Amino acid sequence: MKRYFHVLQLFWRTAIAAELEYRINFLIAAFTSLGGLIGSLFSLFLFYQTGYTFAGWRWEEALIVVGIFTLLEGFSSTFLAPNLNRIVRHVQEGTLDFVLLKPINSQFWLSGHTISPWGLPDIIFGAIVIFYAGGKLGISPSAYLISLIPLVFGLAILYSLWFMLGATSIWFVKIYNVTEVLRGLIEAGRYPMAAYPIAYQFFFTFIVPVAFLTTIPAEAMLGRTEFGWMIGAGILAIVLLFVSRFFWRFALRFYTSASS
Amino acid sequence: MKRFFRVFKTLLLVYYAYMVEYRAELILWVLSGSLPIILMGVWTQAARQSNFGLTPTDFARYFLSVFLVRQLTVVWVIWEFEREVVEGKLSLRLLQPIDPVWHHVFSHVSERFARIPFAILLIVLFFFLYPTAIWVPSFTTVILFALSIVLAFTLNFLIQYTLALLAFWTERASSLQEFWFLFYLFLSGVIAPLEVFPPAVRTLALFTPFPYLVNFPANILVGLPTDLVQGFLVMIGWSAGFFLLNRWLWKRGLKQYSGMGA
Repeated sequence: MKRYFHVLQLFWRTAIAAELEYRINFLIAAFTSLGGLIGSLFSLFLFYQTGYTFAGWRWEEALIVVGIFTLLEGFSSTFLAPNLNRIVRHVQEGTLDFVLLKPINSQFWLSGHTISPWGLPDIIFGAIVIFYAGGKLGISPSAYLISLIPLVFGLAILYSLWFMLGATSIWFVKIYNVTEVLRGLIEAGRYPMAAYPIAYQFFFTFIVPVAFLTTIPAEAMLGRTEFGWMIGAGILAIVLLFVSRFFWRFALRFYTSASS
Repeated sequence: MKRFFRVFKTLLLVYYAYMVEYRAELILWVLSGSLPIILMGVWTQAARQSNFGLTPTDFARYFLSVFLVRQLTVVWVIWEFEREVVEGKLSLRLLQPIDPVWHHVFSHVSERFARIPFAILLIVLFFFLYPTAIWVPSFTTVILFALSIVLAFTLNFLIQYTLALLAFWTERASSLQEFWFLFYLFLSGVIAPLEVFPPAVRTLALFTPFPYLVNFPANILVGLPTDLVQGFLVMIGWSAGFFLLNRWLWKRGLKQYSGMGA
């Protein structure tokens, strides 16, 4: 365990050192995420301008969902995208061989070996929005802490799905964009589930569990979680983590290596 | 002229064969453009309970049109061009007796043909699930829509190719594209029809090229009121502007190009 932490530290230190070469790009990333936030707020405002509200979600409450969504985007572009989108390339070019030869869990290596600070502005802006709206609604510190639980579950769910999609490249080599489909669907997390028609709600809860990523953590923060959903999120997260592990081992059995 | 047609046909066929080869990838690209369909859900739900000036059916048709427009006008030249410059592969293209841009143009155009069947399949599926939204545009509408798509694609391509040329000076031109894409996303009418924008923002947006890339063609197809003449003229104007800028940058950029890695 200790060894893994040490390795992770080394990975991330080199990754950050490499990315700091591109400081102007970091500035552009900050501007991009600020623009993205303004755009998200604008697109939410379009609904609320005429007095319409999503069923049971006031403006500030819907803002929390936007904040969590922004946070999540920052998280995925910092931790998930730079690692998991590369699995496909490893399979395609046969460099996965080198990963498999290392005396360390290959899933761990693939999921953690780099980090990109580009998502940091999103994480910061997301937090600002959450605390701004939370301040207006008078959310207590304990509610923020409670919402961390479903948020972590949500991140675990997202990671597992993303990793499994990346792992399918072992069979279908050239599908580097399969994760783009997931990313496209996650956009649904910009709005609370109550904003969608029933069919959409069903789809985004049971088929692509976007509801667990933003709506359920936001509800926890607002103190209106139904306990059942929280437990459901926990079970789903743990099951998916195990499935992703099992799936990776299963997929590796079919790995035939390229160009070597 | 005859040579031009031969080159035209060959490139189109070659790139079509190439695109069809990667069908799975293509289907995934089609599916990854699901944003309009997601937004359709939120907006139809909203229009059912409140008055936004458009009916739920209007919204459903509008977003379906947006989906189609985006499928038909998607451009990715900047990522390919950036790679060519950074890896020095542009040098090989420069040796050919044809401007390198034609390779990109034809790969984009032929990809349209490979992509259309999947997009149509999705649209049929959509109408199957949501039969009240079915509408049949008139013949003139279809012609005007096709024309607007050609212009929207041209303009979109010219803009992105112009940004791509900045790869001669900076290594990551694609991060500029991401910044530009934000404006595209929020001002073009992808997130909502311009009709529901606050008037001030709408006026401002109409001074940019963005609404003409998505909102204008979609409005034509749905049959919402639009100023056709103005729309087409503005698109031609922007295209001409970006074309001139593009050629100027291309000349300057080639002097800058060092052919790294080749």
